[in-house]
Amino acid sequence: MSNSTEAGGSPARSLRERFPLLSIIAQRMVLSLILLLAVSALIFGGVEALPGDFASTYLGQSATPEAVANITAELGLDRPLVTRYFDWLGGVLQGDFGTSWASRNSVSEQVGNRLGNSLFLAAFAAVIAVPLAICLGMLSVHFRDRIPDKIINVISLAAISLPEFFVGYLLILYFAVNFGIATFPATVYQGMGFLERLQTIALPTATLVLVVLAHMMRMTRAAILSVMSSAYMETAELKGLSGWRAIVKHAAPNALAPIINVVALNLAYLVVGVVVVEVVFVYPGMGQYMVDAVTVRDMPVVQACGLIFAAVYILLNMLADILAIIANPRLRHPR
Amino acid sequence: MHEASSHLLSVRNLKIEATSYPPGEPAKRITIVDDVSFDLAKGKVLGLIGESGAGKSTIGLAALGYGRGGAEITGGEVKLDGTDILQLGKGGIRKLRGARVCYVAQSAAAAFNPAHKLGDQVIEATVKHRLMSKEEARSRALYLFQVLGLPNPETFGDRFPHQVSGGQLQRAMTAMALCSKPDLIVFDEPTTALDVTTQIDVLAAIKHAIEETDTAALYITHDLAVVAQISDDIMVLRHGKMVEYGPVQEIIEAPRQDYTRALVNVRQAAREEAVDQTEAVLRVDHVSAQYSNGFKVLHDVSLHLCKGQTLAVVGESGSGKSTLARVITGLLAPSSGAITFEGRPLTPLLKSRPRDDLRRIQLIYQMADTAMNPRQTVRDIIGRPLTFYDGLRGSAKTARVKELLDQIEMGTGFIDRYPAELSGGQKQRVAIARALAARPELILCDEPTSALDPLVAEGILKLLMKLQEEQQLSYLFITHDIAIVKAIADSVAVMHRGKLVRFGPKSQALSPPFDDYTDLLLKSVPEMQLGWLEKVLATRRMESAGN
Repeated sequence: MSNSTEAGGSPARSLRERFPLLSIIAQRMVLSLILLLAVSALIFGGVEALPGDFASTYLGQSATPEAVANITAELGLDRPLVTRYFDWLGGVLQGDFGTSWASRNSVSEQVGNRLGNSLFLAAFAAVIAVPLAICLGMLSVHFRDRIPDKIINVISLAAISLPEFFVGYLLILYFAVNFGIATFPATVYQGMGFLERLQTIALPTATLVLVVLAHMMRMTRAAILSVMSSAYMETAELKGLSGWRAIVKHAAPNALAPIINVVALNLAYLVVGVVVVEVVFVYPGMGQYMVDAVTVRDMPVVQACGLIFAAVYILLNMLADILAIIANPRLRHPR
Repeated sequence: MHEASSHLLSVRNLKIEATSYPPGEPAKRITIVDDVSFDLAKGKVLGLIGESGAGKSTIGLAALGYGRGGAEITGGEVKLDGTDILQLGKGGIRKLRGARVCYVAQSAAAAFNPAHKLGDQVIEATVKHRLMSKEEARSRALYLFQVLGLPNPETFGDRFPHQVSGGQLQRAMTAMALCSKPDLIVFDEPTTALDVTTQIDVLAAIKHAIEETDTAALYITHDLAVVAQISDDIMVLRHGKMVEYGPVQEIIEAPRQDYTRALVNVRQAAREEAVDQTEAVLRVDHVSAQYSNGFKVLHDVSLHLCKGQTLAVVGESGSGKSTLARVITGLLAPSSGAITFEGRPLTPLLKSRPRDDLRRIQLIYQMADTAMNPRQTVRDIIGRPLTFYDGLRGSAKTARVKELLDQIEMGTGFIDRYPAELSGGQKQRVAIARALAARPELILCDEPTSALDPLVAEGILKLLMKLQEEQQLSYLFITHDIAIVKAIADSVAVMHRGKLVRFGPKSQALSPPFDDYTDLLLKSVPEMQLGWLEKVLATRRMESAGN
């Protein structure tokens, strides 16, 4: 690019110099797209390489060679791998993930419902966990090395150390069985009212919040602590600002980039990593759908779930990157 | 002197201590400031002067009831208008800071929060302490931006710290301190990090602003010539104790203590330049250079340096003087032009140079701290080039390291010390020994003394001169300090914005007729003389009136 001719090179350079922010963001978006394409190939290839095939699992005892060949031909599995990949990719680009081999229903339709449920659970957990984590992180900086900081640290460490299925069962035991103040199982269905829904998913939400809270809170604490020793924090103190105001107004804005990153990472985990929690609470989300599909080798469903999870992950990380870039005043306000 | 009530600030028997944790030893209490007393009247300026570690910043911060990095005020009193601020408690001190007593830091670039606009930061404390409404504070800031001579004062507050220059930031910080109409401002080396040509503007702006607002000030610096321009009284400090305290005229013109006399007389050395300056060991011919993004940093520079002599390269930051050194070492390839060393052309890039060429040209950096591996001992640091170039090992290497330590006037007892256990001057000496270890012919010195205290710097310069005489070394000495040029140079090159504006033997380069930039540069160097600042400013006004 740098070797382009004068005529071609100078407008590109001036664009980049005039809009450094936009050009970096555009760059990130293109990179994300390329990454997503690579992931789609990996998922397709990986699923293909799995041992066992759908036809024999589906037919079970009656898997005669003819029957297997019949089903293979019916599903188009006798065509070359590359052709099938591009077929599938072409469909995906139009929003069509194919037909489930097991239920013969449209994958897109079913995924749509399930994804909605998963995102609802994740969003609800995020709305509670993210502000809570950042507040606790700032509080723990404010009281660093004193009792409140230590309490916050011990509790968050305990929460992060317990596996989520264990936390889930504990919550069920106490809140649903012993005290009877929460609902179990957390199965939602179409036509359920919004408030009823919230009530139903209280326990899985609490489990997810406990799991992601500690990581975000500790990173917030570390990120803010690392700017606390900056000269401008001393300036804030010598201006007579209170400790809390200095943290919120002067330290936090400069610790945004790492905080945004860890929040995005945890949001991605909330969507992608809910598999276990969904199974524990019998919640009809993507995770459970995917686990069911894997057991019967229902490849179109597994591929669709994998690709959507990857897309969510990439999208959130790209958003985090872009937000972190925007948070940098040097890029937002070039000289 | 006067009766206590007439003083704004009155400090009595101040004692400040800290706990230090030396590596491998039990923690111990150290006294940073011991038994310091002074008085400051309203609207007056007291200069605190001394080398680093003298406790001058610590005293300044004590006026805000603040101990930096674990320093604790353990004795004495700090009275502001008759109230001992050390007895005020947290809330009381907080009401004082940013309202009645304000602070201007050495590096405004680090002291401003990069995430907020300058205007918001300037008025923050004033508004937060409820001294003015937001609108009043904004118009006060605008007035101060005008008084301090900032460009476009109406819109200056809308800019972010990274969008303005270092000198402007320092003035903005002064505006921030003045905004709340404080009784007292502590200036902590506000011009040390600036170029001389910028320093004089900032100094004049600060002086004007102090006079205009009738604020009292503590002015902390290590440069006696600077403090002489701005203070009414001066206190000389050393090792946390007061050495001498009196009116500025007495200190400058009739110092009583030896230490003060040394400070007054430092930088007075001058070197006779070499007569024959024709036989060049290093020749730079029409060299231009640019960064990989196409930004041109050197434009057609030609100069030469003779064997056993010193060429001083002078210019402000961004003038390309360090880039010139990078091009000579091969760290940056020139885009055009040639460099000849001992009659042979030097390969443009470091990687393709023969090892012997690498050996002949060595570098000494400004920050000896960052140029040494903190996990290596002096033996490893100096020994590395011995093994690399000469293949020395074991006892032969140790013997040579000891010999080098001897040459830099440090005892062999330092051989197993780590850089953290050395003072700034000692670190720079080790860096010189490391350069000498390669038996070089040319040493590129990139501001090796600008981070050091004047007396320590003088010692380093003397050492360099002694080594030059003994070993016929040639120095290319990068500096922004004209006093150093006078003390060590045979020839001088003045650089400005990547161009060579002046080059020749010292006597010629530093005598009139001058080009505009050299003229400005020479006139900006503070002189140990009362009223120097006014004189320069008056000349400037006359010149601009004449135009």
